[in-house]
Amino acid sequence: MTATVPRPSPARPALRTLRDRALRWAELVTTPLLPADYLDLVHPLRAGADLRGRIEAVLPETRDAATVVIRPGADWRPHRPGQYVRIGIDVDGVRMWRAYSITSDLGRTDGCFTVTVKAIPGGKVSNHLVRRTEPGTIVQLDQATGEFCLPEQRPAKALFVTAGSGITPVMGMLRNHPELTDVVLVHSAPTADDVVFGAELRQLAAEGRIRLVEQHTDTAGVLDAAAIAELVPDLAERATWACGPVGMLEALEEHWAAAGIADRLYTERFRPTVLVTGEGGTVSFTRNGTTLEADGATPILDAAEEAGVLMPSGCRMGICYGCVLPLREGAVRDLRTGEVTTAAPGDGVLVQTCISAAAGACDIDH
Amino acid sequence: MTVLQKKTDNPIEHLTPEDIELIGKELDEIRQGVVDSRGESDARYIRTVIDVHRKIELGSRAVLLASGFAPAWVVGTIGLSIAKILENMEIGHNILHGQWDWMRDPKIHSTTWEWDMASPAEQWKHSHNELHHTYTNVIGKDNDLGYGIMRVDEDQPWTPMYLGQPLWSFINACFFEYGIAAYDLELGAVIAKKQTGDPEFRRRAKQVLAKIGRQVRKDYVIHPLLSGPNFLSTLTANFVANVVRNLWSNSVILCGHFPEGVETFEKKSIDGESRGEWYLRQMLGSANISGSKAMHVLTGNLSHQIEHHLFPDLPSNRYAEIAPKIRDLFQRYGLNYHTAPLPQQVGSAWHKIIRLSLPNGWLENTTARNLPTQVVKLWKMTTGKPRVRRALLREQAAMAAA
Repeated sequence: MTATVPRPSPARPALRTLRDRALRWAELVTTPLLPADYLDLVHPLRAGADLRGRIEAVLPETRDAATVVIRPGADWRPHRPGQYVRIGIDVDGVRMWRAYSITSDLGRTDGCFTVTVKAIPGGKVSNHLVRRTEPGTIVQLDQATGEFCLPEQRPAKALFVTAGSGITPVMGMLRNHPELTDVVLVHSAPTADDVVFGAELRQLAAEGRIRLVEQHTDTAGVLDAAAIAELVPDLAERATWACGPVGMLEALEEHWAAAGIADRLYTERFRPTVLVTGEGGTVSFTRNGTTLEADGATPILDAAEEAGVLMPSGCRMGICYGCVLPLREGAVRDLRTGEVTTAAPGDGVLVQTCISAAAGACDIDH
Repeated sequence: MTVLQKKTDNPIEHLTPEDIELIGKELDEIRQGVVDSRGESDARYIRTVIDVHRKIELGSRAVLLASGFAPAWVVGTIGLSIAKILENMEIGHNILHGQWDWMRDPKIHSTTWEWDMASPAEQWKHSHNELHHTYTNVIGKDNDLGYGIMRVDEDQPWTPMYLGQPLWSFINACFFEYGIAAYDLELGAVIAKKQTGDPEFRRRAKQVLAKIGRQVRKDYVIHPLLSGPNFLSTLTANFVANVVRNLWSNSVILCGHFPEGVETFEKKSIDGESRGEWYLRQMLGSANISGSKAMHVLTGNLSHQIEHHLFPDLPSNRYAEIAPKIRDLFQRYGLNYHTAPLPQQVGSAWHKIIRLSLPNGWLENTTARNLPTQVVKLWKMTTGKPRVRRALLREQAAMAAA
């Protein structure tokens, strides 16, 4: 248990047991609905409800980024700076889940937290959040999660390398860890106006809390790993956190590995790298009865959701194992590695549906 | 009426196989148009209906706590009846069809929904979605036609037992939810085949009994108890609300496939049926109810039975919008778009139930003048030997022909 998660007081479990018992009795009155179905009408953010949040405000940051202020339900547990939260929001009537880094100060007194979203071209959810979301909207939440955080033993010297919306988890850390005194931030964005939190970062630099290196890629081009090493001569002495496009992260990983300091680099990615695609196939969900045609580049999770199947899901990038289902027969391909997993009839090989595509016909137990 | 294939004036004789294929194509396009435009306003619609239902139900149940006071009983019973009708028709039936699965909301999804009804959602989905919607109006395949206990077609031989058909149809209507539960269990067939010991059947029967237990406990024990001194009056209010809901849903369902003029089909006609032919069967095997917006909502938009049977998984709030296009398609291909107001459709369905409870031709041949002789003949057919019955049946047929 980390210091940031409060230990439940001894009185709470007793109260909770009492509440659960009362709800079980209430179910006799409400069947076939649940007491929660009625309670949700009046208090969707109450303790014991499915975890939700209410959007209190959407504050523009740049021309295509905004900070979304969310009041979480009573059961929300405080996050660790650098973590992300999965948010389920209805876009054109369809529930969609995405992960966003939490950017707010843990010391906020209003009980809200914030995520900062950059609208990506063609991105259904990000555009909806940045441009069309009204305050008052109820969203679904998961508890904050993720390992892109500072260790208990704070590094004496830190380097953050970010690009675009990759600044968001780092902003979460900078706002909450004033104890970091020797910080270099190398951040890339197309122009000075595109730098999310630009004013705040420049203020931190002016105060001397961080050394800020802004790279405006429209005019100055993209920084490669070697250029960063040149900009930060004491790089080997620093613990480094990097967040940005997959290409950038891979280049950094390569460079750090070559320098023999791979263990000093922590990276965060929001999307799996699709490496290998192949022939798709027919996916059958044995219990649900749905059968669909999926191509070899689409994760089974996405294809199934598209067909209206309710699927378990989590991080959507192959990390959390929240989406695993047994493959009873057939073959699936791991989109990150190309590795094919096969199951003979009667098997129950657990596969991650968020990063697995059909590789021929397959039967999934769901 | 007789199965379409045996009719002398076959209503689809004028259609070529190409026509039927074109009809299928047009319908696929109409369907795609709705699928492509499903969105936020549809989602808002179903959530509003669910919200309204819950509030009406809560309000009515609260009023019924004082059901000993007569006006409270009346208001509460009306409210609860409306709530139960909304819950079964526009909400339950349509969610269980998967009409709202596209929203990916686990709270409004065909795989998670349970309804205020004796039959467990799981079993109803099988008998309704898989059997009735696939084999619509195919005699011997679609048990929704008379639920296996009624004479629904002239070609089914008449026996005196069927004279009771109007009565038991009415009793079935009053306790419709239990009839549906028994029917989803295929109780009749299981008993007839002496398969009540089958473990699968026992598992499902247990499920039904558990569901009925919860339902009965809620309406006839818990809520009356909560009303304290008004125990009995709340119990009667809940009973009346259930019967009203049952009669209403039974009427709507009768209107969908049973009015005079709706076609039925023979088993072998659906062998190797194409998509277009399947559509055509749905078009001719369903009947609509015309009326106000409130009526459409209370029937769960099954008043657009034709549209529903063509596209069972499209959101119900969109049927009204596509109805004119469908009607136009019927007209262009010279087909009969069967629609009439509710009283007329209910009357027509009951007329058919009564007509088929009697020997073929009897009702048509009976006038005020020949009533006494016809009644004597009916008595003879009912009590006489099969030979007598056959002779009299032939006589009725001859009378009808003349």
